[in-house]
Amino acid sequence: MSTQTENNMEQNQNTFGVISKGLKKRYRAEKIFKSLGFSAVLLTIAFIVFLFTSICFNGYSAFSQAKIALSVSLDADKFQNENIADANFPGIIKDSLQQMFPEVKSRNDKKLLYALISQNAAFTLQEKIERDPSLIGTNPTIWVLANDDVDMYLKGRIDMTTAESDRRIKDKQVQWLDQLKRNGQLKTVFNTTFFTSGDSREPELAGILGAAKGSLYTLLITLALSFPIGVAAAIYLEEFAPKNIWTDIIEVNINNLAAVPSIIFGLLGLAIFINFWGVPRSTPLAGGLVLTLMTLPTIIIAGRASLKSVPPSIREAALGVGASKVQTVFHHVLPLAMPGMLTGTIIGMAQALGETAPLLMIGMIAFIVDIPGSVTDPSTVLPVQIYLWADSPERAFTEKTSAAIMVLLAFLIFMNAAAVYLRKKFEIKW
Amino acid sequence: MELAATTTSQSFPTMMGKDVARSAADEIPAERTRQTVGEPYVKNPRMSCRDVYVYYGDACAIKGVNLDVGCNEVVAMIGPSGCGKSTFLRCLNRMNDTVSSCRVEGSIHLDGSDIYDASVDVVPLRARVGMVFQKPNPFPKSIYDNIAYGPRIHGLTRHKSELDHIVETSLIKAGLWEEVKDRLDDPGTGLSGGQQQRLCIARAIAVEPEVILMDEPCSALDPIATAKVEDLIAELKEQYSIVIVTHAMQQASRVSQRTAYFHLGNLIEVGPTERIFTNPRHDLTEAYITGRFG
Repeated sequence: MSTQTENNMEQNQNTFGVISKGLKKRYRAEKIFKSLGFSAVLLTIAFIVFLFTSICFNGYSAFSQAKIALSVSLDADKFQNENIADANFPGIIKDSLQQMFPEVKSRNDKKLLYALISQNAAFTLQEKIERDPSLIGTNPTIWVLANDDVDMYLKGRIDMTTAESDRRIKDKQVQWLDQLKRNGQLKTVFNTTFFTSGDSREPELAGILGAAKGSLYTLLITLALSFPIGVAAAIYLEEFAPKNIWTDIIEVNINNLAAVPSIIFGLLGLAIFINFWGVPRSTPLAGGLVLTLMTLPTIIIAGRASLKSVPPSIREAALGVGASKVQTVFHHVLPLAMPGMLTGTIIGMAQALGETAPLLMIGMIAFIVDIPGSVTDPSTVLPVQIYLWADSPERAFTEKTSAAIMVLLAFLIFMNAAAVYLRKKFEIKW
Repeated sequence: MELAATTTSQSFPTMMGKDVARSAADEIPAERTRQTVGEPYVKNPRMSCRDVYVYYGDACAIKGVNLDVGCNEVVAMIGPSGCGKSTFLRCLNRMNDTVSSCRVEGSIHLDGSDIYDASVDVVPLRARVGMVFQKPNPFPKSIYDNIAYGPRIHGLTRHKSELDHIVETSLIKAGLWEEVKDRLDDPGTGLSGGQQQRLCIARAIAVEPEVILMDEPCSALDPIATAKVEDLIAELKEQYSIVIVTHAMQQASRVSQRTAYFHLGNLIEVGPTERIFTNPRHDLTEAYITGRFG
């Protein structure tokens, strides 16, 4: 008996020895894997930080805008005509500049002087007077937008070391601006125009609101169509459809659709929605329909996955007390699958928000100044606006591009935060 | 094959001239398992099953079972794993309908009418034949809603007070009322395992079934919770017919009036529980209850 015990002990020792020998290797493998994973995360964070800082650095200045104070003389004789709009507002503005810088005489210099302020100044003045006609006959001071080149110069985005002829801002203009600054007639304010107006050829007048509203309408259409259709399709395929070759084919096709290049959906939308159904082109309605096609596979796949993850015991419990199939699904399975479905939907919507290519096909790349008031008004969307501005030659559009990207990212962060919130809210603890 | 696995290292006395222990299950001659030994039929049965065959695809899981379930009795179904007792149980309320490859032949009557008849709707059938599962599976809702769900979907009540009454009596019958009456709005999933299982029993009896099917209801419970559920079964017998699948033979002997022994899809022997455990007539039954396999 004792020899047997000894034998056992010896064997145990041997086993222990073998295990110990291998331990080092096992731990090393674990360490290597952990550090690889950690460096992957670090790399990702580094990329994101780089991206965000570069965008913010380029774009932050778009949120401020230079304004110049003009003291305009609104003599009554300039408004003899009944209609205020008939008055020569550009002339009044030019006169006012002339008064401020009486030494400017030559034609070329005058041109440079007038170029200090935005073309919009005359409209600003007109609006002001139309709103308050009592201004006529007085000499009010009004603040008008500076030209985009002036704005760029003040933000230090123009390289003053290059030859004068190559610059958008000439030395004379710099002198005048210095004078204005000294007199307190030049200030930098928060750029409300950027958030309240649509696109423009003039950078200082261009705003993001048109594209943001276009994106909002497009996404609303997409959500309103793709969520119910996607969820219904997922429920039918997962819970009700018989498992046969046809449902297999459908499943393969849905997975394929999720991988189809988005531009093809754009072509499809152009052919069917616009040419065949007559949906007005370049509108959020057409865009929403196209993006619905694109988002559906994502929602269906996510929906099916979350339905699959609901434990079968819940279905059995409901069927066991005599619930019908539909009651089982809607009372018990769907509430448990909802958080996953919502997450899938918002991922699909975020994808739709950033989608550009299919919208080019249906004309949402058009240059549209008006802010859309409904889903049938022509409009553009944020990513297309970014594309348009990135393509514009004016230096000032660079910062607008980055600012538009910031707005798009803000949209995305908001949507993802909503996804997290909804998931937390609908999650059922058990 | 459990039979083979447990018999390799030990030797068994031979029975009826054959070494049962050594023969693999497939080698048992068909004529010795086809005919059920004992008394499968009762007078005035609540449920009666005749020549029930169940197929999963091409595989035959239940091979011609005849069995009656009487009123106010507990029938225990025992047998080694994979012998088909759960499959058979799930035929009794057509729970197998949810398995697409599953096919049931033969006839199963509840109160004289065939439940597999084309005109029978499974929804009311499952209200009449309730089921309690192996793992407690309360809905992730409040205790109250767990019980109230069945009566609500069947429209059994018209007023909140009636529903309150059903919830209370169901919980009292399930012996859970005293423990949960102050926290009916708490989630049912927050209860202990034994309480959850009694909640599931309360949920099943809330729709006033005639038969309650229990599929190993205590296998996930500790001994104390098991004892409570067994006491509950004994009480419920006064009102309902109960069919229980169990792996614990002591449990079968404690709670049931009749016991049915299944072996590889065949119903080998049925009889009063006491006789089955003291004087089994079939050698397979004897081998199982004396612990030689299973």
